[in-house]
Amino acid sequence: MATVPHSLNDKSVTRSFKEKTGKMLGVNPQDAKFTKTYMFVAFAALLLGGILGLLQGLNRAGFMELSPQHYYQVLTAHGLLLVVVFSGFFCIGYFYAAMSHTLGGLLPKVRKMAWTGFALKIAGFVLAVIPILMNQASVMYTFYPPMAASPVYYIGLALIVVGIWLCCFGAFIQVANWRKQNPGKHVPILSFFATGVFVLLFFGSVPVAIEVLVLVLPWSLGWVDTINVMLSRTLFWAFGHTYVNIWYMTAVSAWYVVIPKLIGGRRWNDTLTRVVVIALVIMNITGGFHHQIIDPGIEEPIKFMHVFMSLAIGFPSLMTAYAMFAVFERTSRRQGGKGLLGWYKKMPWGDVRFLAPMIAMIGFIPAGAGGIAQSTNQLDQVVHNSLWITGHFHLTLGISVALTFFGISYWLIPHVSKRVLTRKMNRFGVVQTILWTVGMIFMSGAMHTVGLFGSPRRTAFTTYFDNATALSWNPYMTLIGLGAILLVIAAVMQVYAAFNLMFFAPKGEEEFPIAEAEVGDVTGYWTERWGLWVALLIIVVAMAYVIPLTDMIVNAPPGSPPFKTW
Amino acid sequence: MHRSEKVWLTLSFGMIMLFMLATGYQSYALEMGPPSNMETIDPQKVDQTAPFDNPGVKQIGDNEYEVVMTLQVFSFNPGKLEFPAGSTVHFTLTSKDVVHGFQVANTNINAMVMPGHIQKITQKFDKPGEYLVLCNEYCGAGHQMMATTITVK
Repeated sequence: MATVPHSLNDKSVTRSFKEKTGKMLGVNPQDAKFTKTYMFVAFAALLLGGILGLLQGLNRAGFMELSPQHYYQVLTAHGLLLVVVFSGFFCIGYFYAAMSHTLGGLLPKVRKMAWTGFALKIAGFVLAVIPILMNQASVMYTFYPPMAASPVYYIGLALIVVGIWLCCFGAFIQVANWRKQNPGKHVPILSFFATGVFVLLFFGSVPVAIEVLVLVLPWSLGWVDTINVMLSRTLFWAFGHTYVNIWYMTAVSAWYVVIPKLIGGRRWNDTLTRVVVIALVIMNITGGFHHQIIDPGIEEPIKFMHVFMSLAIGFPSLMTAYAMFAVFERTSRRQGGKGLLGWYKKMPWGDVRFLAPMIAMIGFIPAGAGGIAQSTNQLDQVVHNSLWITGHFHLTLGISVALTFFGISYWLIPHVSKRVLTRKMNRFGVVQTILWTVGMIFMSGAMHTVGLFGSPRRTAFTTYFDNATALSWNPYMTLIGLGAILLVIAAVMQVYAAFNLMFFAPKGEEEFPIAEAEVGDVTGYWTERWGLWVALLIIVVAMAYVIPLTDMIVNAPPGSPPFKTW
Repeated sequence: MHRSEKVWLTLSFGMIMLFMLATGYQSYALEMGPPSNMETIDPQKVDQTAPFDNPGVKQIGDNEYEVVMTLQVFSFNPGKLEFPAGSTVHFTLTSKDVVHGFQVANTNINAMVMPGHIQKITQKFDKPGEYLVLCNEYCGAGHQMMATTITVK
């Protein structure tokens, strides 16, 4: 069993080779600084968001008093910090590093755009946080009208979106420039993933930009009296679900490209990998509708069509499931592994760079199955807005996405910081990964279960006037609290590791692990037709949204005035 | 593409289709579709608009009741409902302010209730007992207090 990270294992052999490639490709110091800054913000957000998560867990378990007002403030900030800041900054930092590494360094113009995007996002975030702290924006990151936060909150969110757009356009320019200089060549696989992710980041945020700029902001400023509640909500979910799937797709890129390298193998079929990216890009945005299965004002046939739109996204994930296990088996057989499950013995379980994303992938099996179940109409009705949903996205985001990001951080941060992942830090990472996993199993397991019994999400500690049903949920709440304690310990360890690898670890070169394609693996050039993929994306979105949105606008009831109910 | 992969992907596609068929059969043949009422109302004039100008419980048949209910921060009107076991209850719901959720634990009642929209959901209560009714969409500082009960005797 290989228990040592690859880079430590055969240092002497690879050193000279690495030095050569280091000189040729090496990290561009300016690009490294960009990614380091993004990582710094991401892990600072993880620390803060994690601590706020602990407060909620302790409150719901009944371990700690927290006034409802504070609970909802904390919850709003927890969501914003982890879903928007941690995932968003990590994703962009990682893909910009990938583009710099595989496309020969960022163009100065692109770097400038991305830094401007960074400044806008930070400014937007500060603007969004101030009203939350002042108790002017306890509306959650979903901010469903007619609950109305301070306009400053929405201006902050709008700035974040514009900042993200600048990073998208930067990426498009970078990739287009590379393609112009390398006619007929395939965009390197990680940059292909990056292209897909930035296309989705852009198109996915168009609906929320319309919601905020056209509907919510003028209304919260008092320029118009009322708002179309259903329209706002529908535009929000066209964005909301796309974004969580973008973080998932970011994780998937590491599963396809990085993990095969860490186990000493080669990548899965290049064409099929690119097909998965294309399928996720085309079909993703319409998935948001399954958040509205039990809404009024949307006809049943539309909801039924959307079950298909949502389940379709499951298909590329099922392709991924096959691909991953096939890569494990193929690699292990080449190393002498035998039998159907022989791969299990050949995997480098002691290498945190492998272990964390591996658990992330395994976690996606129940997470994806739960997702398929809950996007079908009647099953959604059983669990909608219950803690089951919270459990679901703590499995998808908290395990599948977060653990993959953690695993990446153990090589990406030293790579851009010109430091190395030591044996000791690797062991620390393994312990941290296990703690996080156990914490999530407790928390997500308890949330799923108690959600099935009917316990609602986004609700401060309550027994509903000592109602017997609500009291019977308490043991699960205790488990959620215990999970939160383990998770915050693991989060603090992870943040320590990230900052240590950034500033204090021994100097050296850490590899950017990218697996090679199989020998003789030829990819059709048709996969590069992004114009066509974007056109298909727009067609699918139009099929899904034109009819219900028109209906919501034409047959809209009189609108709602703003309310501050907290 | 490997043969085993073709088999796997065919199974995957078949599974998704099976889910679709099951959902469609339940929605259309068994009429178990999710609550999707299309009527609208002026959210600022709920109290003046029928039937919400007179919220309450009305018996409309043998063991069949209609409940006209408004949801507002942080209560259900009417609350504390009682029905004999075996009753079929039709709920007609709207919100007087923000978005609320109408959920009854241990039943399949779960519906979003939006200002401007009238939502409808039906449930047959067979087992006697006290059912917890709660709001499952965050609606403000008192959201965790927004609950009532349905007693089935």
